[in-house]
Amino acid sequence: MAGKTLYDKLWDSHLVREDTSGTSLIYIDRQLIHEVTSPQAFEGLRLEGRKSWRQSANVAVPDHNIPTKDRHLGITDPVSNVQVDTLSENCADFGIKEFSMSDPNQGIVHVIGPEQGLTLPGMTIVCGDSHTSTHGALGALAFGIGTSEVEHVLATQCLIQKKSKNMLISVNGKLNIGVTAKDMILYIIGQIGTAGGTGFSIEFSGEAIQNLSMESRMTICNMAIEAGARSGMIAVDQVTIDYIKGRPFSPTANEWEKAVSSWKNLKSDSDAIFDKVIQIDASSINSMVTWGTSPEMVTEVSGTIPISDNRNSSTIDAALDYMGLTSGTAIKDIHLDKIFIGSCTNSRIEDLRLAANILKGQQIADSIKLALVVPGSGPVKKQAEEEGLDKIFIDSGFEWREPGCSMCLAMNADYLEPGERCASTSNRNFEGRQGQGGRTHLVSPIMAAAAAIEGHFTNVSKYLDN
Amino acid sequence: MDRFKTFTGVIAPLNRDNVDTDAIIPKQFLKSINRSGFGDNLFDEWRYLDHGEPGQDCSNRPLNLDFVLNQKRYMNSGILLTRSNFGCGSSREHAPWALDNYGFRVIIAESYADIFYNNCFKNGILPICLTEGIINSLFELTLAKPGYTLTVDLEAQIIADPLDTRIYFEIEKFRKDALLGGLDEIGQTLTHTDIIKKFEKKHRDANPWLFRSL
Repeated sequence: MAGKTLYDKLWDSHLVREDTSGTSLIYIDRQLIHEVTSPQAFEGLRLEGRKSWRQSANVAVPDHNIPTKDRHLGITDPVSNVQVDTLSENCADFGIKEFSMSDPNQGIVHVIGPEQGLTLPGMTIVCGDSHTSTHGALGALAFGIGTSEVEHVLATQCLIQKKSKNMLISVNGKLNIGVTAKDMILYIIGQIGTAGGTGFSIEFSGEAIQNLSMESRMTICNMAIEAGARSGMIAVDQVTIDYIKGRPFSPTANEWEKAVSSWKNLKSDSDAIFDKVIQIDASSINSMVTWGTSPEMVTEVSGTIPISDNRNSSTIDAALDYMGLTSGTAIKDIHLDKIFIGSCTNSRIEDLRLAANILKGQQIADSIKLALVVPGSGPVKKQAEEEGLDKIFIDSGFEWREPGCSMCLAMNADYLEPGERCASTSNRNFEGRQGQGGRTHLVSPIMAAAAAIEGHFTNVSKYLDN
Repeated sequence: MDRFKTFTGVIAPLNRDNVDTDAIIPKQFLKSINRSGFGDNLFDEWRYLDHGEPGQDCSNRPLNLDFVLNQKRYMNSGILLTRSNFGCGSSREHAPWALDNYGFRVIIAESYADIFYNNCFKNGILPICLTEGIINSLFELTLAKPGYTLTVDLEAQIIADPLDTRIYFEIEKFRKDALLGGLDEIGQTLTHTDIIKKFEKKHRDANPWLFRSL
């Protein structure tokens, strides 16, 4: 019998029962909750007189709606305010731990999970948010769900699921200098398309993945959903274990050794069979920039906007029309209005260090109307300030804000005006995503910083040390 | 969950690939803590020429007359015909809520994003997958015949038009049964409480660190 993939192992170890109809009941270890996709779930529980099955499996944090400046004034948008208050009321009523807006550990749900040790290898993790795939970087099975499923997990600690197929994406060799995890995942999405992973769980492996830090691995898994896969994951190794050790909710000293020894099995067997295998040569990846309204519309910074062919002409034409761009334009000739460094994709300390390293002693271009850095969490912000990164950002012309989702989806006061063009370290360049009529180019933190200096996309190598 | 057996309705053609859930229901409407009231804001940025905000009366907003749902022949349609990877992006269940609130009970597409597909079934919406060739011919018929109407019979897994075109569609049995029965899934799962508790104890014994109190 063939060996098991990492996904098979995680699935099998959480299988409560299998139905003859082809569905399974899967046990959920951790549910992360935020203010936007949970109120209707709690309301559903109330209407049926149901309770939370296991309170300590759940952790909540407001992140989507909250302001990134002048927090002492509270939330001025009354509709957002009701939603954030509702989260606190629901958490109090159902006995769920919440990192409230004023908590020093508050942050983006997908940043604080790993940071607090609430995300652990071998867990099943869900959240009413598609970027839950992020947590797979720690060898967990993590995926986004809808609000009905949030309610289902609250009430039963289980989900009705059908097993996905297995895909392996192996990135072999070494990355070029100045090429980041963000470039790698954008390149992969460009190769397989935004529906390439539909129906699959993707495991990322290979030398270039193993060489990544934990935070870079999170960037990769975060955008598995942009390749169509609900979950992305990476096998546990020493990098994973070192990252988890000593975090607030990591296993305590007397359980640590046992936990580590069980986590070491969280990798695909050498004879495991995948339904699909994709091999990628790391050295062929360069700095990437999206030019359209889907993350698969991406090319190298040295490239040009492609010319549409018959099959996809209407899609590309619609995207270019929205983006105000034309086929054949060089990516380096695209000029920007705003810069956003943040989001669950790229707001961790390493991301901020990468950007600050480029910005040190530099000024952003006069043509940039607004450049924002929004750290992923309170602890990330504090760490950055201890390292003096805030000063580098502020001195170069960036604004240094409080943690939250911010301009990734523009539910708060941070958004693009119609027609404004932004280099963003976030994950989606959909129409209207960062504000109605706003135009988003997805890039790495290095590219966002370099583009802020020049006012347009550029070759980042001139800004790198060495 | 709402039950689904048969549905007859006018088709509206949305000729795009990769329609994402941000387009289906833009983010500002996600601030609502209710499950209903999203119908007027379905495809808000495509449907109206101005910027919409939650709680706004939409009856006097300027319409984008080029958008398909604003064309008279497609008003009151109940079946949405579209292309591949429909519903990609955010997991927001507000997307199927908005489609349902508007009046769409059936979607016909080449393919769907996983989370959206799953969310449809939780809300009594039937998402049907058909091949590119059949989708192309449905687009042609819809454009050629004003008021083109289909009847969808989930039990028989057949789509039929008044001209006796009959198209068979595939659907997984458990999803079909759930829609036909309109079952309370949480109630169903709770009938397995003993099995879940037994699993939970075994799981806790093997991995006590997963059960730490917070």
